[in-house]
Amino acid sequence: MMGILADPMAARDHARAMAGTVVEAMPLLPPVADDLPTDVSAEDLVWEETIAAGGYATRRLARGSRLRLIDLEGDACASLLIFNAEMPTERLNVADTVKVQWNAYLGAGKLLLSDMGRVLMSILVDDAGTHDAFCGTSNATTNQAKYGEGRNSGAFPNGRDRLLLGAAKHGLQRRDVHPCVNLFKGTRIEPDGTITPLVGPYEGGRTMILRAEMDVIVVIANCPHVLDPREQWSVTPLRASAWRGAVTPADDPIRNATPEGLRAFLNVEDYFRR
Amino acid sequence: MTTDPDLAGLSGPVVHDEIVPARAPWLHHVATGQTLRIVDLEGNQAVDFLLYSAADDAERYSAQDTVAAQGNLFLRAGTVLRSNEGRPMMTITATSVEYHDTIGGACSCESNTLRYGHHTKSQHACVENFLEANLIEGRGKRDMVSNINFFMNVPVEEDGALGIVDGISAPGLTVDLRAEMDVIVVVSNCPQINNPCNAFNPTPVRMIVTA
Repeated sequence: MMGILADPMAARDHARAMAGTVVEAMPLLPPVADDLPTDVSAEDLVWEETIAAGGYATRRLARGSRLRLIDLEGDACASLLIFNAEMPTERLNVADTVKVQWNAYLGAGKLLLSDMGRVLMSILVDDAGTHDAFCGTSNATTNQAKYGEGRNSGAFPNGRDRLLLGAAKHGLQRRDVHPCVNLFKGTRIEPDGTITPLVGPYEGGRTMILRAEMDVIVVIANCPHVLDPREQWSVTPLRASAWRGAVTPADDPIRNATPEGLRAFLNVEDYFRR
Repeated sequence: MTTDPDLAGLSGPVVHDEIVPARAPWLHHVATGQTLRIVDLEGNQAVDFLLYSAADDAERYSAQDTVAAQGNLFLRAGTVLRSNEGRPMMTITATSVEYHDTIGGACSCESNTLRYGHHTKSQHACVENFLEANLIEGRGKRDMVSNINFFMNVPVEEDGALGIVDGISAPGLTVDLRAEMDVIVVVSNCPQINNPCNAFNPTPVRMIVTA
């Protein structure tokens, strides 16, 4: 093998022979999906990718885009960072997200707020119901302690290092990787503050649809929840699809659901008044 | 022998002692092994608090790593304040308040517009203080993360209902923090006047560092 591939043309033929290989975790280009909502045109699909267990993905999404995440086999954990794409110093603020909405738990109708009083994304559909705004993700230290190893280059990558790589693909640095939310893996807060992890595994196919309320960069890591009690590093693939959609209209029920949320939308609309 | 009750229980010589005025920022470097005591002089005063590693300020306090590591949302005596890389930065060695908050974040001009209305946009806020202090050392908005609110009470109800409620602090109550690495402490003595976190009346706090 090595002898043959010492010839550049043979190396080229070897590389080209891989074309058309299909694996589970990969992007589809151009994007294609046979299960889009009936009111979504196939031409409006902009992103179709399955994120590996332990993998990550990142994407810039225009205002109005819908992002659908599917927990294919019931054991995915989507740790999510969100940035304002044109000014990434503005980003998801988990403290404001729970404080402004007077509630600890994410779900349909909830807003993901930035540190500038604006809504970055809203949750349109959620049939999972188990999410977490408090625990963040694993890091090299926690994975080393729990699984004996946690490097990007090893078998049990940690969430923080995946988010760092995803953010770096947009020119961002360590100080840009901010507190995240975890989708599909949840926590319940007991009266004394105890955090009870809700990690399933669940039935496959749980789905969320988020709407970008600004031009955003999303970075998604799919690694086990940091409080996953299982000894084995356990996570399954996550599917991401995105399609173009209308900017939120004035009569949108999520926009108008609460006075605090409405002011977050007013701040977004003010930002785009230019 | 001192008779200053704010120093009770502290061992080691006092190397810094300062009153932070109501509504003001404060930045101070605390060396490994030193203890910082925060005194809530008049009671019911939230002290918004961030930490950075002095050796590498991209490593900073992480509320998420801290609560995940201890499996509990509330900061109590014994809590280890962890960095975004999972390392111990400071330990709460003692506190006369039952618990402290780290999920409520800092008030900002922008979030005040959501919480209370656009008439509060021009009011002073903790994020203004954090930025003012951090900018002196070259840090900026990318360095703002979820903070600690000492002496602030944010219970989470069974249905997830959450909010800043009346303080559980009183005049003279304290929290002691031992530095586990060389750290930069950045504080906003919270100026918020639209909720009960400061009893609607921001007051001074005292910062005492012992070697």
